[in-house]
Amino acid sequence: MQLVLEKRPERSAFIAVASPLIAIVLTLVTMAILFAIMGKNPIAALVVYFIDPLTDAYSLQEIAVKATPLVMIAVGLSLCYIANIWNIGAEGQFIAGAVCGSWLAVHTNGTDAGFWVLPVMLLLGAIGGALYALIPAICRVYFGASEILTSLMLVYVADLGMDYLVRGPWRDPKGLNFPTTAEFDPVATVPTLIEGGRLHAGAIITLIVVMLATVLLGRMIMGFEIRLVGAAPRAARFSGFHADRLVLFTFAVSGALAGLAGIIEVAGPVGHLQPNISPGYGFTAIIVAFLGRLNPVGILIAGLFLALTFIGGEEAQISMKVPLDLTKVFQGILLFYVLACDSLIIYRIRLLRTIRKPVPAHA
Amino acid sequence: MLDALAQIFSLIFSVSFILTVTTASTPLLLAASGELVVERSGVLNLGIEGMMIMGAACGFAGAYMSGSTLVGALCGIVAGAALSAVFAILTLGLAVNQVAAGLALTILGVGLSGLIGAGFVGEQIVQAPRLYLPILTGLPVIGRILFGEDAFVYVSIALIIAIWLFLYRTRAGLILRAVGDNHTSAHALGYPVLRIRMLAVLFGGACAGLGGAFLSLSYTPFFIPGMTAGRGWIALALVVFASWRPGRLVIGAYLFGAVSILGLALQPLQLGVPQQLMNALPYLATVIVLVLISRTRGTAGSAAPASLGLVFVPDR
Repeated sequence: MQLVLEKRPERSAFIAVASPLIAIVLTLVTMAILFAIMGKNPIAALVVYFIDPLTDAYSLQEIAVKATPLVMIAVGLSLCYIANIWNIGAEGQFIAGAVCGSWLAVHTNGTDAGFWVLPVMLLLGAIGGALYALIPAICRVYFGASEILTSLMLVYVADLGMDYLVRGPWRDPKGLNFPTTAEFDPVATVPTLIEGGRLHAGAIITLIVVMLATVLLGRMIMGFEIRLVGAAPRAARFSGFHADRLVLFTFAVSGALAGLAGIIEVAGPVGHLQPNISPGYGFTAIIVAFLGRLNPVGILIAGLFLALTFIGGEEAQISMKVPLDLTKVFQGILLFYVLACDSLIIYRIRLLRTIRKPVPAHA
Repeated sequence: MLDALAQIFSLIFSVSFILTVTTASTPLLLAASGELVVERSGVLNLGIEGMMIMGAACGFAGAYMSGSTLVGALCGIVAGAALSAVFAILTLGLAVNQVAAGLALTILGVGLSGLIGAGFVGEQIVQAPRLYLPILTGLPVIGRILFGEDAFVYVSIALIIAIWLFLYRTRAGLILRAVGDNHTSAHALGYPVLRIRMLAVLFGGACAGLGGAFLSLSYTPFFIPGMTAGRGWIALALVVFASWRPGRLVIGAYLFGAVSILGLALQPLQLGVPQQLMNALPYLATVIVLVLISRTRGTAGSAAPASLGLVFVPDR
């Protein structure tokens, strides 16, 4: 007896819809087992992780705040992944955007610069992210270097570059030697949506991005090109689409979105530039993109769910004394299950009676 | 300026610097050796970083509880192989995209290592013992370099020689390369493509785990979360740099090892260059080298497996 994969005659529409849900259920079961191994009550732990954050207004806002960068980055990444282009350096582009936008905030700090500061900061952030993302894209298109490795390497470079700036030239002179810039002026800060709350205007920008991406993928020729290059590269070549141009385009767009997310995060919830502005948004966004099945609306839902795991993980760390790294374990397991379930859309698993294998020709 | 250059040169050619280069290169060489075999079988496992950090955490845990470096190293190997088994089930068993599965492996490995290592942060163990041969180790200059390393260094060299012999001098190695170059033909000839790839992936995981264990058992005798610091990714780049050839892999690993500690070694010289730039050197070097190597390499010099990263589902 053996298990084999077999191609389905056609894609399973049921599993296509259900796969993220199956994956989540499987992950929850795995997590329950993990909690039990760690000596915690599995049910109580899962409640702290996934239910408690949904029960108070502060946590709900916080989920939206965390989902904002996740969704924005993941929408950009999904464009790449649909076309089989692998930008995995969104974390670096996030930082590059944060740094470029902060440049203006730092240099106008304490001056009477007007309301134009924030819009220009956001623009600079997007441009910075896009330019940073174009480095691996250009390396791939003109030199043939793997964009996977170069984009990832540039994450470390961006991180060190930001570290240099906040410890060196941009450090707040009144900051007691802490590695941080001065607190941004009000004109350089993303406004909150609720008086005294945490939810900020970035959430609205994210919703607009989701809508634009839906239109791009569903209604525009560029979106068709992205999907075609991903699904049938040869057919795309014959119909005259340029794969190289698409690499540059998807990298630039995903970089711009990651950069925008970066500057919004810095000018919004954080309020100044400092090391560790991101708990790995750029990497978690990869999971969000796949959990959302590379579909903008799906990504919106997936982003909210992954944001919930960040908040739940923090609550569980405080109330149940479980390490914060459990959230990463959870996210990694989730991605595994999502990928496995997605495979079942195209394939099915069949149990076979062992057939006698033909002897290798030269054995 | 000249004075600074002279200082740099005298430092680079000092015995202590060469000794640090070996220790910085060994984890890269170990992990990259495994990945070379994996990629030669046609599988791209991007999860080296995750398997290495798991090797570091489990290796340290094993050594701390048993008091033995050997047990620690074995724990690291098992941890790396176990994690790679998950990858194998997904990509070979369920035909999942290898790039995505590799990323998942890294995310999972980083998280799990934090979980396992949490209890051991701040603890210390006895560093892996270094070889001591009565007369040879005492030789001036070359004594310490050739005969005074720890076991990991010698294992890494033996491993890459064994891999070279396996790939180019054995029948099994030939079959492995055939599977990597054309899985459809290899399957048609009756070779068990998926089983061969499974074994290669497990071997790669074991090597990455050992490389990680080296970090927490010998490089620094303690465990810090995230201590691999991108070495797994650099190992991946090394395989490309080496054009999938074992000999060039050794050169590459030692070159990168030297670059990666150059920043640390030059720190006392006060060159007026920001430390962050020095720390960014290995990553920048990786990008530059990838660009140069991909540009200058024709199809002739490269042994890139033709089926690398492609999904294979056997028909019956």
